[in-house]
Amino acid sequence: MNARRSAIPLSLYFFGLIAALYLPLGVLFLFSFNSNTYLSFPLRDLTLSWYQQLFEADAILAAAGNSLAVAAGSSLAATLLGTMVSILMMRYQFRAKGLLVALAVLPLIVPYVVLGVALLLLFSVLQIDRSLWTVGIAHTVVALPYTLLIIGSRLAGFDPNLEEAAMDLGADYPTTLRRVVLPMIFPAMVSAWLTAFTVSFDEFALALFLAGTRPTFPVYLFSQLRFANRLPVMIALAVLLMIGTLTLVLIAERFRRRGT
Amino acid sequence: MSSTVSAPGSARSGGGGLDRRATFWFLYLPPLLWLAAFFVAPVLLMAAFSFRTSSRGGLSAGWDFSLVQYLNLIESGSYWRLLGISTLAALAVAVCAVLLAYPVAFFLAFRAGPRAGFYLVLLLVPFWTSYLLRVMAWKFMLGTEGVINSLLIYIGLIQDPLPALLYNRTAVVLTLIYVWIPFAALPILAALQRIDTALFEAAADLGARPFHQFTRITLPLSLPGVLAAFFMVFIPTVGEYVTPLLVGGSRGSLYGNIIQDFFTKAANWPLGSALSMIMLAATLILVVIAVRLIDLKQLFV
Repeated sequence: MNARRSAIPLSLYFFGLIAALYLPLGVLFLFSFNSNTYLSFPLRDLTLSWYQQLFEADAILAAAGNSLAVAAGSSLAATLLGTMVSILMMRYQFRAKGLLVALAVLPLIVPYVVLGVALLLLFSVLQIDRSLWTVGIAHTVVALPYTLLIIGSRLAGFDPNLEEAAMDLGADYPTTLRRVVLPMIFPAMVSAWLTAFTVSFDEFALALFLAGTRPTFPVYLFSQLRFANRLPVMIALAVLLMIGTLTLVLIAERFRRRGT
Repeated sequence: MSSTVSAPGSARSGGGGLDRRATFWFLYLPPLLWLAAFFVAPVLLMAAFSFRTSSRGGLSAGWDFSLVQYLNLIESGSYWRLLGISTLAALAVAVCAVLLAYPVAFFLAFRAGPRAGFYLVLLLVPFWTSYLLRVMAWKFMLGTEGVINSLLIYIGLIQDPLPALLYNRTAVVLTLIYVWIPFAALPILAALQRIDTALFEAAADLGARPFHQFTRITLPLSLPGVLAAFFMVFIPTVGEYVTPLLVGGSRGSLYGNIIQDFFTKAANWPLGSALSMIMLAATLILVVIAVRLIDLKQLFV
């Protein structure tokens, strides 16, 4: 496009918006170094004590550990299920295919509040106590669309003739899947796993309904919002987690790009 | 659900019929059973629950079919009003997020130059940080002892903090727009990047001014992305209940919050189920409209 002249107002707008997007996050970041338990300007007395206290706050660390466990488990399950549906979607023809794929993608559009209370109903009727397991099950359902889309689009880019060649050379189909297909889609599987991990780790709307006595980190964070004096420590951990999540997202992005 | 394997691998693969079929069931059953148990079953159960008269007699008590919950809903105007308000709020959020995101996508597509990739990451970082945290950040911005108020007092513009900033629907809408802007920019950017730049040269050769190039070429060709962004924000926002919980207070609650209330505080699960079914139906209608308007496949190329 010609005319560089409109570049300046547009870039002003862009960086202004970026500043507005980062401002609240910067405020949080400042808050975690602020010695008062409420934030007001001008800032006085910066401190690292909240970060120090963090490592003595067992309940917070336990909640973060719970979230890690749920995210690790549910993302692994979602990646395996997503891989299965992707292979079916791209390499098989069968009558119920449309139905299966639709079911796997549908959790993307069902409101979380609806899915949350529906699962709450199910577990109550089955008399299954709410726990980290019930949260993990819900997260597997909502992460499946993401893993399916990531792995499926990767698989779509590969020539099925490669598999045929392997089978012509005498490999049976399971061996072909293991030795040819899985290595091809492995980067996409890693990317899908990391995406599912961050989806689960951050998830609150479902976890609020389904967490039992052991809270995930967002649920714990929410329960502590009423107590102003505990907030800075929570935010200190949240800042650390934010950095951790970002690292994961950037790694996932690298794996996804390596695939294409 | 009767599903038979009709000629797996079609005609092209000669060998491996039997082990390919065995592999099919190995790949097919786990996801199907998982989705049946934890996605289809709970929604069907909720549908069944919405036809009960009360939760009395335990959760697994006999099913008495009745339309009483839905009749209650139809008679009481307040639920419809709240659904209307929530839809309007979601509409406002989606329109504002798309309008604010469009110049961002335009900048990234046509004006950012070689650094566009880095700028895109810069834009998306806030979106990848904790949702709860970002919403909470707005609480610190808008609260009576929050950043905006204490800053205004510090520079002497006001004497007493403005209480009206937090705990109302405006705060909810504002926070949600903030949360969605980076996300809304993505489909618009994808649509803009697909435009053949030769079109601009052709238009310029034929004497079109930049403004006309925008209204005649860029805008029409990016409309699918704009529509996609609109629905990708609108649909999840209709069911939102977390943001109102944090920054909305009692005056800022949305439809999702009454569902949550009926399943927690009020413990009226049949009525809550009926409200959820209406929410689900509303969402599905929106999705059908969206799919009609947008060629979904275009977004994934």
